[in-house]
Amino acid sequence: MSIIKVENLVKIYNSGAVPVTAVDGINVEFEKGEFTSIVGPSGCGKTTFLNMLGGLDEPSKGRIVIDSIDISKLKSKQLIDFRLHNIGFVFQAFNLIPVLTVKENIEFIMQLQGISAEEREKRVDVLLEQVGLLDRKNDRPNKLSGGQQQRVAVARALAAKPKFILADEPTANLDSKSTENLLDIMLKLNKTEETTFIFATHDNRVMKKARRLLVLEDGKIIKDEK
Amino acid sequence: MLSRIAWKNIWRNKLRSGIIITSISLGLFGGVFAIAFMNGMANQMINDLINLELANIQLHNPQFLLNDETIYTIENPEKKIERIKKIEQVKSVSSRTVRMGMASSSSTGKGVRINGINPEIEKQTTELSDKIIEGSFLEDERKNQIVVGEKLVKELKLKLNSKVILTLQTIDNNITYAAFRITGIFKTQNTMFDESNVFVRDKELKEIVHLRENRTNEIVVALSDNDFTKQVKSKLINEFEKEIHNEKLIVRTWDEINPSVKMIQQMSLQFSFIFVIIILVALSFGITNTMLMVVMERVRELGMLMAVGMNKIKLAGMIFFETLYLSLTGAFAGMIISVGAISIAAKTGIDLSPIAEGFNAYGYSSIIYPEIDTAFYFYVMFFVVITAFLASVYPARKALKFNPAEAVRTEA
Ligand SMILES: Nc1ncnc2c1ncn2[C@@H]1O[C@H](COP(=O)(O)OP(=O)(O)OP(=O)(O)O)[C@@H](O)[C@H]1O
Ligand SMILES: [Mg+2]
Repeated sequence: MSIIKVENLVKIYNSGAVPVTAVDGINVEFEKGEFTSIVGPSGCGKTTFLNMLGGLDEPSKGRIVIDSIDISKLKSKQLIDFRLHNIGFVFQAFNLIPVLTVKENIEFIMQLQGISAEEREKRVDVLLEQVGLLDRKNDRPNKLSGGQQQRVAVARALAAKPKFILADEPTANLDSKSTENLLDIMLKLNKTEETTFIFATHDNRVMKKARRLLVLEDGKIIKDEK
Repeated sequence: MLSRIAWKNIWRNKLRSGIIITSISLGLFGGVFAIAFMNGMANQMINDLINLELANIQLHNPQFLLNDETIYTIENPEKKIERIKKIEQVKSVSSRTVRMGMASSSSTGKGVRINGINPEIEKQTTELSDKIIEGSFLEDERKNQIVVGEKLVKELKLKLNSKVILTLQTIDNNITYAAFRITGIFKTQNTMFDESNVFVRDKELKEIVHLRENRTNEIVVALSDNDFTKQVKSKLINEFEKEIHNEKLIVRTWDEINPSVKMIQQMSLQFSFIFVIIILVALSFGITNTMLMVVMERVRELGMLMAVGMNKIKLAGMIFFETLYLSLTGAFAGMIISVGAISIAAKTGIDLSPIAEGFNAYGYSSIIYPEIDTAFYFYVMFFVVITAFLASVYPARKALKFNPAEAVRTEA
């Protein structure tokens, strides 16, 4: 059963002198447990597409149905709450709150969800174990390498127990070893926990590991291979 | 958690936060100290008025108040004084004969209020005897002694042991003269009082104006604490209900006798609040500016927080907390400096004598002991919280307008 259904999705930016059609009629479905990589040349609309999937940006046309909820119909307040409980995010950078420790960063999202201190405590340890950073629990993010920070971001995204995790170029700032490490962790989580990942990337190594590849060009899907 | 993040966020840019905290603390210190100064000045004026001139409560014949005519007297003062002394909070009671007249030297004359007093009792009621700078306060048994203010002595071009002629009317309206010798000179902070009041023995004044022994014009009641004034006044009103009803007696507190001093105190209190508000308004611009810089600097971070599901109330709350902590840290520092500086200045006093000439004419002292009610610090804190709230509104609104999709795209 698909957890995300995208129907005839269009995004036109009207902010510039000429309107830019960044996403131009995408129809696609995502199943639970998929590990999908969205690729394509710069400016093809990857970020725009992911932002709409994550409810960060409003589509100009079309709809996105997540678990039978049409998110384009949600009011902005409901949408924030929907994101909190259903979608995990990993951005290219600036994922973490610099003044909080690794542990507190992960706890933070659970606190927003209203999870009890006791359960938070337990879950933080499990998650940090999974991303291999249990020993860095009480460090501030600036003490961690870029790759380690991204692993914390993945743990933070997982902490919310989302239906899927969106990641926009999560490895763009990482060296090849860190990239591989992060991908291995994501793949492992995908296998053992059936976590659904959808991420945009330029990186060949990332593409190779994906189980499904969506190729975008000029805002359209030109190839969808599993 | 939000408030913890907010607190930690303050220290991300130590220099910037330090600057705004310093300006808040210095601004508030300046304001609070100036207010303590004004307050100290007003309180001193009140204390002098009570301790040196009026005591806490006075009783008169109501007619006397209309035209200062000595003939309108209180009858049987001794008996009344005995009754007043029975009231618990009363420290001492004295009576005065009062006559307006002229004090003259060979060169010039000046209108004065001649107070006929019993020096031993007067000493317990007011502290004027402590303000004698030369001579004594009608202490020995010599006849026709007079105690005058330093200002009057200078105006009449006289000195200690000089003779002064009092010209006054008897109560049967005949002009009469009496020669007195200056045996004491007093000086208070109120030069107006000093130049218009002279003190002689009650018995001698009564003889001169032909007033009978068992009459007086003014009964002066000193209390153990000024806080009892209202309470004792109503006791006195009960005690002398009949006399008051027959319009033979009127009971007035010091602030009813001299409302202007009380008004100055209240005005300076109101002014204090306006002053603090002005300072806070000025500071609020600085605080707003700092918080705007903070918000603009953290576009990506705030965008990320919104993206992962932090709602607008929490986001605004976080910015408010940060503003509040920033302001309160500054305010606390300011209050600590103020408490320290005021308690030192309250002990040593601030000597204004180089510029105090004009002050004394209004009854202000030339050495000021700043003081302030502890409650005032809490008011200031309360105003600071409100200021922080108002100062956070604009930055918070700015942050809420960020579109998370745009915010997370913003390049480093
Ligand atoms: N806010 C905006 N206003 C106008 N045009 C925009 C805006 N955001 C993106 N675009 C345009 O939309 C198109 C798609 O951009 P998008 O960022 O989605 O591409 P991308 O595939 O993520 O590119 P990259 O690989 O460089 O990250 C581009 O032509 C871009 O210039
Ligand atoms: Mg992109």
